[in-house]
Amino acid sequence: MNFVVLQFPASNCDQDAVHAIRVLGHSARLVWHKEKSLGDAQAVLIPGGFSYGDYLRCGAIARFSPVMQAVKEFADNGGLVLGICNGFQVLTEAGLLPGALIRNRSLQFRCEHIFLKTLTTDSPFTNAVPSGKLLRIPVAHGEGCYFADSETIATLKANQQILWQYVNQQGQPDPMASPNGAVDNIAGICNSRRNVAGLMPHPERACETALGCDDGRLVFESMFRFLEKAAVVRAA
Amino acid sequence: MKAKIIITPKKAVLDPQGKTVQNALEHMGYQGVQAVHVGKYLEIELAGSDAESARKRLDEACHKFLSNPVIEDYRLEVE
Repeated sequence: MNFVVLQFPASNCDQDAVHAIRVLGHSARLVWHKEKSLGDAQAVLIPGGFSYGDYLRCGAIARFSPVMQAVKEFADNGGLVLGICNGFQVLTEAGLLPGALIRNRSLQFRCEHIFLKTLTTDSPFTNAVPSGKLLRIPVAHGEGCYFADSETIATLKANQQILWQYVNQQGQPDPMASPNGAVDNIAGICNSRRNVAGLMPHPERACETALGCDDGRLVFESMFRFLEKAAVVRAA
Repeated sequence: MKAKIIITPKKAVLDPQGKTVQNALEHMGYQGVQAVHVGKYLEIELAGSDAESARKRLDEACHKFLSNPVIEDYRLEVE
């Protein structure tokens, strides 16, 4: 599979994302924010960092970069797009995902490992997660508190668009288990078509046991599995 | 011409900065502070003198880019 990882000025998890995809046996390349085309890509990763210095609002300026127009078209055609941390913020600013990410309720920048519960395996980003398995994955953000109005939250729930929730070690969505105070402990969501997703935690930083845990690979393995299945269907 | 734009968090959105500033004011002994909302202020210098058309264009820019309607309200003045 060919993954494309976007690179904005002040992206800082772009190399980690490329490394993670390659470690998992697939190919990945960087695409600079001024590019107007994604080239040959089966999936797009929008990495973490502080694109454009987080000026104005996190992700607000990145969304108007030329490459984001290409990402929009790619997503409109059903392509897989995953935004991680700042990438999630870019996707909400671009209107590709509902809601917004605001300052952590504690006002602290939180950098730690958390536990994630996968609420549905019915998505290209979660299909490889074993039932009941909690993912131990790092977070590192100051503005990751997911917010949407109550109507939007109700729609997300009704359509099973909430993919991951912060939980404690027992798997309970205790507000204390959330690093940022997000509504309903929401850590990650997808769009209604289920081909665009975003999450604040960093699965790309948890793909090798040498890094302490490799639960993050389940997110990418879900994407590989989905794309392989789609390729088989296309070939048939 | 100059445009002044004030962006504030929507009432329904958590504003931990505002709350923290409010707490600090109370600790300093300032009485009667009922709420604090921390936002942004932008000053934009503009060429030309057609205030009405400038307001129209900036209103669009506020909605599309300078504020995020999901979490923020804005007030725009052109003078």
